[in-house]
Amino acid sequence: MFAFIIRRTLQALVVMLIISLVGFAIKNKIGDPVRDLVGERVTPEEREQIANDMGLNDPFLIQYARFVKQAVKGDLGRSFLYNKPALEVIVKHAPATIELLIGSALIIILVSLPLGVYSALKPRSLLSRFTMSFSTLGVSMPVFFTAILLIYLFAVNLQVLPSYGRGETVDLFGNGYWNTGFLTVDGLKHLILPCISLSSIMLPLFIRLIRSEMMEVLETEYIKYAWAKGLSPRRIWLIHAFKNTLLPVVTVFGVQMGLTFAFTILTELVFQWQGMGFMFLEAVQRADTSLLVAYLVVVGSVFVLVNTIVDILYGFINPTVRIAGTR
Amino acid sequence: MKTKLQKFKESYFFYSFKRDRVAMASFIVLVIFLLMAITAPWISSMNPYDAENIDIMNSEIPPMWMADGSPEFILGTDNMGRDMLSTMFYGLRTSIIIGLGAVALQAFIGIVLGLSAGYMGGKTDAILMRIADIQFSFPYLIMAIFIAAIFQVAFGVGSYERLAVPLLTIIIGLSNWPIFARTIRASVMGEKNKEYVEAARVIGFPRFTIMFRHVLPNSLTSVMVIFTIQVASAVQSEAALSFLGFGMPVTRPSLGSLIRAGQEYIFSGSWWITIFPGLWLVIFVLVINLLGDWLRDVLNPKLYKG
Repeated sequence: MFAFIIRRTLQALVVMLIISLVGFAIKNKIGDPVRDLVGERVTPEEREQIANDMGLNDPFLIQYARFVKQAVKGDLGRSFLYNKPALEVIVKHAPATIELLIGSALIIILVSLPLGVYSALKPRSLLSRFTMSFSTLGVSMPVFFTAILLIYLFAVNLQVLPSYGRGETVDLFGNGYWNTGFLTVDGLKHLILPCISLSSIMLPLFIRLIRSEMMEVLETEYIKYAWAKGLSPRRIWLIHAFKNTLLPVVTVFGVQMGLTFAFTILTELVFQWQGMGFMFLEAVQRADTSLLVAYLVVVGSVFVLVNTIVDILYGFINPTVRIAGTR
Repeated sequence: MKTKLQKFKESYFFYSFKRDRVAMASFIVLVIFLLMAITAPWISSMNPYDAENIDIMNSEIPPMWMADGSPEFILGTDNMGRDMLSTMFYGLRTSIIIGLGAVALQAFIGIVLGLSAGYMGGKTDAILMRIADIQFSFPYLIMAIFIAAIFQVAFGVGSYERLAVPLLTIIIGLSNWPIFARTIRASVMGEKNKEYVEAARVIGFPRFTIMFRHVLPNSLTSVMVIFTIQVASAVQSEAALSFLGFGMPVTRPSLGSLIRAGQEYIFSGSWWITIFPGLWLVIFVLVINLLGDWLRDVLNPKLYKG
């Protein structure tokens, strides 16, 4: 186990190294740090002077080491678009995205669990067949198109729900970092359409997964034994069978939340949602390289961190992972 | 002696195809879509890429069955005055070219790496599969968006748009190859200890020949299934990238950039500019997915569960 943790951590470090190299390369080869700092209105001599003062003419390794040292301290450069430290900009935009993820995770859980279990128990019923045939359609619908259809239906035609922005938000900790939309009616209304669009692509997948896992479990010996013991159907389904469907479902859920994060960028664009994805697109359009690099580094690190922790935890639960990793 | 056609007609593959109505219908729709894409320059009433044909006075005309519609533009016109139907033919063509190109690139990278990893084993295997693992731990869409963003900042928006087709192909190709590598590796591991491979080795064929001429053809079944599903996913990725503004420019739109361009017009009531290309895309991806599902059931290879 110890060797496994070491190996996994080393791998994470290598990936971080690659991410930081890419980030550094973009920052220094593509971006123009001098322009980020002083804009266009300086003479070439002053420009050269500033570049020298900032150490932009130093050897590659020294500059790279400086970049990493600053990044570890949390200094990822300044965003000229917002005129603030890039990390602060990202941290301030993160809650909007996180709330979107939480909302759609709730929808996924609340809808897919009952529907999946139901269609496993009653595979021939009308609702189950309806669900199954619609799940392929659901997978084929791009998130942004679902979002546009929802806006057209509920915001333009029926005019019952807002189509863009976060609405009224409440400052959760009183320091301006986490403005939540969960606590006001207006904020919740603004959350509905984005969350539905975001969950729409994952729902079919989870309904199918839960259904097939549940059906598999229902065929096992211990369920037959439970029937033979004369337990009530509800007890068998919900306590004996359902519990054992959950482990694979939770694993897949973790993996898919990563992909859902990618889809938040699309959703945020359609709904003009002021989250990290929207900010990222803005940074690319306006060529704010510092912010772009900061975003890449932060998102990359979060992914690496989460993946590493999950893998290590998984190693504790399931020893075959540790052995398979050795090869 | 039976001809190949006869053999095919008697095969289980064709038999199950004839029995599955969904697969047949999807296949027919897919063929129609492909024909439309190939013949786009001849069947569309105008060339939407040529600025000379575009008359801004014709912009936002609704489909012909609506009050202000004109029979000249069956599905109406977009905000620039282009005939929707012609633009959708051309958009479909672009989407398909990029989708197929990207999956071909994915398959090429995946097959070469997966085959080498599976056949050679040892250190090569460990290193190559570790790389695949690492990339797999980032969702493909995030990879694609990041690479696209970096390319766009590096090339500048102007040259990015000019080179959009090859760049998108490369981006989507690079972002989603590990699934091919893993699948091919798994089936190569099963093949490489069979007798015919040993025989080939005893004869003294070089390793390269054995890998590509003997082992590879026998591991291709699983690739076929993945290939189908990946085309659907690549077309979707292209649409997503174009929608985000990392894709085809509005002057040479793919389906994704058409949806992007029409998005804001739903507020003024011109829903057809965005809804038609969207439905077009959904139907296209849906039939590929349905065919992929059917192929998986028929060929039933042991797929890598991603």
